Amino acid sequence: MKYTIMVNEGPYQHQSSDSALQFVRAALEKGHEIFRVFFYHDGVNNGTRLAVPPKDDRMLQKEWSELAEKHGLDLVICIAAAQRRGLMDASEAKRQGLNADNIASGFRISGLGQLIDGGIESDRTIVFGD
Amino acid sequence: MAMLHIVNKSPFERNALKSCLAHALSGDAVLLIEDAVIGVVSGSTLVTELQQAMNGNAVKLYALSPDLAARGVKAERVLEGIQLVDYAGFVDLTVANEKTQSWL
Repeated sequence: MKYTIMVNEGPYQHQSSDSALQFVRAALEKGHEIFRVFFYHDGVNNGTRLAVPPKDDRMLQKEWSELAEKHGLDLVICIAAAQRRGLMDASEAKRQGLNADNIASGFRISGLGQLIDGGIESDRTIVFGD
Repeated sequence: MAMLHIVNKSPFERNALKSCLAHALSGDAVLLIEDAVIGVVSGSTLVTELQQAMNGNAVKLYALSPDLAARGVKAERVLEGIQLVDYAGFVDLTVANEKTQSWL
């Protein structure tokens, strides 16, 4: 079965980013396809590569990046939500006249249309959030 | 066309579970995850509503076992009739139900 996952909550906020990650792992283990993971609202904070949690804590951003690399996941960050929260890739930073970017590997910035597209293309859309 | 309802907030914090139970139709499934799992403890003030949903409206109730374990709630303290699932069981519920609604 083909899934699109929506994550509306940042890492370490409550538990939804963890829940989504665990759900994606379980779905992949069962042989399902994760068509896209769309990060919206504070969920875009899952896509920064500049987070440095304490060594004995779970590293959610890194876990998303590693899972994306391992399974070729399409991790999409909503552009409007990202701009508000200072989440930038190189081209967006340049466009805004900023001197740094912070997007983690495996993530890309795009629009809300990608969520709609995911909903159309997938058999199931599961929402995790606050 | 059955629906899977997912509730993730404690019923003692928000109204989502009560609203969900009031809207769930016969044959639907309700899965409690994260802080919502605290609502299935036997003897809580929600017992009447949960039993009404299960027995009166034929709604199937589930709770995510890792989230119960994380909160120190042992299986024997869970209200009778509520089925425990792990993440694999969570995935199976999304397959079995054509639509999914998260009560955020």
